[in-house]
Amino acid sequence: MRVLSSEILPVRQESDLVSVRQLVRERAKGLGFGILDLTKVLTSASELGRNTLLHAGGGTMLLETLEDEMRRGLRMSFEDQGPGIEDVSLAMTDGYTTNGGMGLGLSGSKRLMHEFEISTRVGGGTRVTVTQWT
Amino acid sequence: MERIPILSMGEFLLVTIQVDMHDRLATVLKDDLANRISETGARGVLIDISGLDVVDSFLARMLGSIAQMARVMDAETALVGMQPSVAITLVEMGVVMSRVRTALNMEKGMALIRLRMAEEGTDEGPEQ
Repeated sequence: MRVLSSEILPVRQESDLVSVRQLVRERAKGLGFGILDLTKVLTSASELGRNTLLHAGGGTMLLETLEDEMRRGLRMSFEDQGPGIEDVSLAMTDGYTTNGGMGLGLSGSKRLMHEFEISTRVGGGTRVTVTQWT
Repeated sequence: MERIPILSMGEFLLVTIQVDMHDRLATVLKDDLANRISETGARGVLIDISGLDVVDSFLARMLGSIAQMARVMDAETALVGMQPSVAITLVEMGVVMSRVRTALNMEKGMALIRLRMAEEGTDEGPEQ
């Protein structure tokens, strides 16, 4: 697998979510994603970006375009230095929320995206990486 | 401050969301709609989201909350023109939008709200 491009965006304030979605939209279109996959990656970016903002007070998104023999892909890594997640399986439960939201950000993103990975440590921040292939 | 325009047409208020929305813009829209319903006595609110390629759980929740607020102010809300990809994504994510009615376009949305208003009229029938 080859990384075609790599960009880092701040996720520090609400308006950054608009910039994140805008860049994801451009890259996904550039890779030739269809409208459904485009909507899925945009929605996932929005959910995970908002998690970064609300739970950790901000962080970054690493956006990469990928290529292997068969297909091209978009990988997004949301990383923060926040409090971390104590109980990942609880956090992954549909409807579980600590901020009054719908509690679908993590579980929903996992369903929408082809690949989903989370690594977190209490007091050591959280990184959520999702990938969608064409 | 940036705002989403609200058009008044007879007993309806029309809102077209064309651009990717900042969270705060959605919150402002809710407040603005509350004020406009109160000023105009509108019985229906139509929100056109056909221009959106993403509706995340925050916006979905906000739209549900707008519909609920409008209901309390005696106005029905219809969400119109949701793109198929957005509908599929919301369902796959598990977002339930039970509090808000949906229609394929503005015309159908208006018909839906009129029907609802007529039904309510019938309910009050015996005294009239």
